[in-house]
Amino acid sequence: MTVQHLTYERVLQTAAGMHDHLVVMTAENRVAIRNLPQVLGKRFIDVGIAEQTMVGAAAGLALRGRVPVVHALASFLTMRAFEFIRTDVGVANLPVKLVGGVPGFLSDANGPTHQAIEDIALMCGIPNVQVFSPADSQDLVIGLPTLLESPSPCYIRHNALPPCVTHSLSFTPGKAEVIAGGTDVAILVHGILLREVMKAKADLEGSGLSTRVVNMRMLKPVDEEEILHSAASTKLLVTVEDHFITGGLYSIACETLQRHRMNAHILPFALEQHWFQPALLEDVIVNEGFSGPQIAGHIRETLRQRS
Amino acid sequence: MPGNSIRCLRLNSGQSTRSPRDASNRTFMTSEKIRQLQNTALHVREHIIRMSTDGGCFIGASLSCADLLVYLYSDILSISPSRLKDPSRDYLFLSKGHDVPALYGTLAELGYIEKSRLAHHLKTDDSIYWHPNRKVPGVEFHSGSLGHLLSVGIGVALDMKLRGGTNRVFVVLGDGELNEGSIWEGLLVAHSQRLDNLVAVVDRNHFQANMRTEELNPLEPLQAKFEAFGWRATRTDGHRFDALEDAFSHLPIEEDHPTVIIADTVRGKGLPSIEQRADRWFVNFTHDEVEMLLRELHGEGAAALASETLMVR
Repeated sequence: MTVQHLTYERVLQTAAGMHDHLVVMTAENRVAIRNLPQVLGKRFIDVGIAEQTMVGAAAGLALRGRVPVVHALASFLTMRAFEFIRTDVGVANLPVKLVGGVPGFLSDANGPTHQAIEDIALMCGIPNVQVFSPADSQDLVIGLPTLLESPSPCYIRHNALPPCVTHSLSFTPGKAEVIAGGTDVAILVHGILLREVMKAKADLEGSGLSTRVVNMRMLKPVDEEEILHSAASTKLLVTVEDHFITGGLYSIACETLQRHRMNAHILPFALEQHWFQPALLEDVIVNEGFSGPQIAGHIRETLRQRS
Repeated sequence: MPGNSIRCLRLNSGQSTRSPRDASNRTFMTSEKIRQLQNTALHVREHIIRMSTDGGCFIGASLSCADLLVYLYSDILSISPSRLKDPSRDYLFLSKGHDVPALYGTLAELGYIEKSRLAHHLKTDDSIYWHPNRKVPGVEFHSGSLGHLLSVGIGVALDMKLRGGTNRVFVVLGDGELNEGSIWEGLLVAHSQRLDNLVAVVDRNHFQANMRTEELNPLEPLQAKFEAFGWRATRTDGHRFDALEDAFSHLPIEEDHPTVIIADTVRGKGLPSIEQRADRWFVNFTHDEVEMLLRELHGEGAAALASETLMVR
């Protein structure tokens, strides 16, 4: 079976078939794992709408050598159960895999209760926790097996959208995926907005701007080398993410450059001090100014102001 | 119950020795055994009192659960210093972590850690601090944030079930800790997962940080609350070893149900001058006061305490 035909659920099922220590848990969110109860039997544990207990129990299972893969909506997993993740999983550095559903703009019309747009900041802030924000369903299944086998805790932004590019099958934690090279602008992106960035790239190249596109894949460990290279080899560094500006990719890029005593002009696309207007996904993207043409327009404007 | 006889057989073959049973099949504890446990508990209380200076400790909650911990580690838990990594051991999680001086003292008295380590309480050269952590052999998991270890215990109990093991998980909860919503979430989940290998033990000392529990968020009728959540519950005197033996000898109370044992205790037990005092939860006594309290513990007159009372929470 080729990677194009794999689903998150199939990859998880395969991993569970190979590894007895893998258990799947959920706080009654079964959409991505609906077929696993009958396959996994007692290794599928639905605790009900109880995120804190799920994460605490996952830590207990991990103490006994299990690798629990836990599921809940991203906002409730990373915020309701935050202290359990930080204190039980993080402090003990246990291999619990935390999979957050409908993160970022994917919560579309649910409203601010469901908007996990600080999840990256929260999870990156916990020592030992790795953070993976795949661009689409294909990117997710490419990264998943490696992260399941890692001894570290990990937070994964679940993403079931169809692929917008053909991804590199090679996956190394802390390595970004360079989608395209370019010398005028470098766009760093994580998660679902890669699709819009690809549209922006086509738009920019139509106006003669050579555009580098980097799918960051992981925010922690982050590909520092790629951030530094993108900043050094272009005139403008751009970060794009469906996340608050604080503590996300923009912050990470700034910290990375400062750590290496580098300076760069960075144009961030991120949510500034507001929750987004709830609507269907495509409308949210346009309404918040994250569509390909909007991103391209801002980049052109920024470059024109500088020249 | 069939499960119960298997349990007794296994424990008899291990390091624990069960008390004999009388004609009505009730267990009873010999007076020699009771004296032995009381002696260990007395030494644990001495350790706790010695930790109540040079920075101090949460003495009230430590003294209330000292007998419980001594009893569980001496008589109930299938564990020993040589079996700290044995996957078939019983687990004890101290969820109300601030009473850890009682655990340090118990681990020292029963040979899990060197007694000399207790002199390093609050020092940077060891990890004997105000809450439990796994750098101390015998401590299964860190705590300090209330409302966590019931869920961690649920995870361990789930794994034991998955492996078909007969070992058990004991989680010591504070009564004040029952204010935390995560406890009640965990009670629901342990019931639905039918974890009859899970035993919650409530140190019912009737106080939380600054006041009596019933003056803040009343907990009673507590046993009925647990029972309404599908647990099987019993209530006992947490300072009498024969009563504890009665309560813990028949686990689980019912197959397929988690068990809770509510142990009625006294905050500050053993030191009348601080017993049931809301303002003697955390203390930092002078060395002279420690010596007086040690004499008081041994029934040699009340300590004259001049140290100011502390409110730390």
